[in-house]
Amino acid sequence: MNFDGLFSNFGELTTTGLTQGAIYALVALGYTLVYGVLKLINFAHSEVFIAGAFFAIWTWNWFGLDQNSQVSGAGSIIFYLLVAMVVAAIASATTATVIERVAYRPLRKRNAPPLAFLITAIGASIAIAEAFGIWTRRRPEGAPILVGQEPLFRIFGVPIDAVQLLTIGAALVMMIALDMFINRSRVGRGIRAVAQDANTAALMGVNKDRIIMIVFIAGGSMAGVAGLLYDVRIQTLTYSVGFLLGLKAFTAAVLGGIGNLRGALVGGLLLGVVENYASGLFGTQWKDFAAFALLVVLLMFRPTGLLGESLGRARA
Amino acid sequence: MRQKLARVIGGAAMLALVAGGTACSSGSDDTASGGDACGNKIAFFGALTGPSAALGINENNGVKLAVDKYNKENADCKVELVPLDSQGSPDQAPQLAQKAIDDTKILGIVGPAYSGESEAAGPLFNEAGLVTITPSATNPTLAKQGWKTFFRAVGNDLSQGPGAGNYIKNVLKAEKVYVIDDQSAYGAGLADEVKKLLGPAVVGSDKVQGDGKQVEFSAVVTKVKAANVDAVFYGGYYQEAGLIRKQLTAAGITAPMVAGDGVNDAAYITSAGAAAAEGTILTCPCQPAAEARGTFKEEFKALNGTEPGTYSDTAYDAANILLAGIKAGKTTREGLLEFVKGYSGEGVAATYKFVEGGELDPAQVKVWAFKVVGGKVVPDQEIPKS
Repeated sequence: MNFDGLFSNFGELTTTGLTQGAIYALVALGYTLVYGVLKLINFAHSEVFIAGAFFAIWTWNWFGLDQNSQVSGAGSIIFYLLVAMVVAAIASATTATVIERVAYRPLRKRNAPPLAFLITAIGASIAIAEAFGIWTRRRPEGAPILVGQEPLFRIFGVPIDAVQLLTIGAALVMMIALDMFINRSRVGRGIRAVAQDANTAALMGVNKDRIIMIVFIAGGSMAGVAGLLYDVRIQTLTYSVGFLLGLKAFTAAVLGGIGNLRGALVGGLLLGVVENYASGLFGTQWKDFAAFALLVVLLMFRPTGLLGESLGRARA
Repeated sequence: MRQKLARVIGGAAMLALVAGGTACSSGSDDTASGGDACGNKIAFFGALTGPSAALGINENNGVKLAVDKYNKENADCKVELVPLDSQGSPDQAPQLAQKAIDDTKILGIVGPAYSGESEAAGPLFNEAGLVTITPSATNPTLAKQGWKTFFRAVGNDLSQGPGAGNYIKNVLKAEKVYVIDDQSAYGAGLADEVKKLLGPAVVGSDKVQGDGKQVEFSAVVTKVKAANVDAVFYGGYYQEAGLIRKQLTAAGITAPMVAGDGVNDAAYITSAGAAAAEGTILTCPCQPAAEARGTFKEEFKALNGTEPGTYSDTAYDAANILLAGIKAGKTTREGLLEFVKGYSGEGVAATYKFVEGGELDPAQVKVWAFKVVGGKVVPDQEIPKS
């Protein structure tokens, strides 16, 4: 064990861990939302993320930018980021909607057992990932360097760069917006109603299918933004990266309390830093061990996660 | 699950291929036996189509040149070259090996080109006593299977380790080195050799996950940055190497990365980006084809219409070893196997002599350094042995 390595790099391990955690958290939202409403683990959500990440890169390619391009000027950087964000969110939301229409809705109409949903989800996930694999010839695709990773300033000697600010900032803004949407808006009340008791909600005039569609669109958009942030940070994308990232995000959702939006944020950030601390302390080969051991231990003591399941609970 | 599906589809494709393949080869058999009294054959075993075919085509062209020259000199008793297209797939290798074994006129094989297919086909060749000389399968375990028929005309992966270490020590003159590997047999094996050679100059090391399981290396980057090193060695494959290089550069680490031939793939430069990849050193237990001795390069170009590529020269040499045996009258599989075992002689790429397990004599192994310059991999220099 390398305590020296952990303590001397503690600040940097924390900031980079939080950045990665923010991406986990955004993807985790999709799992949590769908679970909260349908009590269904949408395993195909990892491919919703991948769709956004690929479409963001393809958007930049369409503008003539590849992995060797350097973009300068704040105006054009913001322009490229915003355009790619919109495209990625649309691509991901569309993918999520298609999955819901093709894979889940017909099963729901026929009252299929939960196992059927699970297998369909895994099937859809593999099919979509493979389709991207074939389309990209299983080669990595590179993103242009849009946001520099040179330190902008230091907090207690820990360098902070623009990518970190952008990732964590964007994740927080999206989270707060989604939280307000669910808790304050009329549609949000519908979502909470369906999550609590779908049949009663229907009797009260809530259109269940429409609500479910909105949930998939909202979760998909978050995953699309996560895909964009992933591209900005990692700058390279392979068709197969969704699987493990999806699994981590799902872990984050469970850690925080699945069905609970704020739990997704807490779980994601916690997972990100724990992975980095373990990498610093034991070596990077222990990263995934630490992440999943944390999940097992935490669920032993708090089976519903850190903040508990709350989307379905009665509230105002 | 994914693998299973791939296997089913692969199986169907294989059946189609085997059916197609037999139709073709029976055709060529007729012409060969009709045209020549001796009818001896050698085969090339490797990928000639599919995504990994580039290397196989390089090699097959080298073999073709050797056979072509032989037949010009021995017009009365020619040797026929049988190309066996494995598509680089270990799944297809056993059937293809059986096909070669069943054709009793095939006396020796140049190949299999890759380690995976070698592993799958090796036991069959061993049982049949059919000698194989691989020009490019570099997995060290292949020589430890107890196959009597396995010979390797290049150094194995582990010979690159000391080569990379020597380059870091003597050419880069790095005093502080960080070593990363992907925990694979290949990557960790290389990293261990480098650590052994560099000793106290290795100021830190870490292990990451290979096979695309890890894309985020911020913890490693932090450690490398804190160690303030002159060079980073990576034992593993191009996929992770590209990401690590990119993330190191993004964090302001300019120390060059040194890696083995597992990173020598265009995808490394795509995923790192040409700017970050610039200056990366890639070792290879091979020499640039342009370094081949004599008139090999010109003859190769005249016959095939292209420049020789990686391993064209070793494949040419491997074929020549087999042909020298046939010329010496070793026209049984047993005879040729014994001939190769005792062989010692000059080729265009190296001097050949095989030691235990069929490995090339370590004194003859050349390790070259290649460098990424302007988004392309170009030869840098032969790495001195110490």
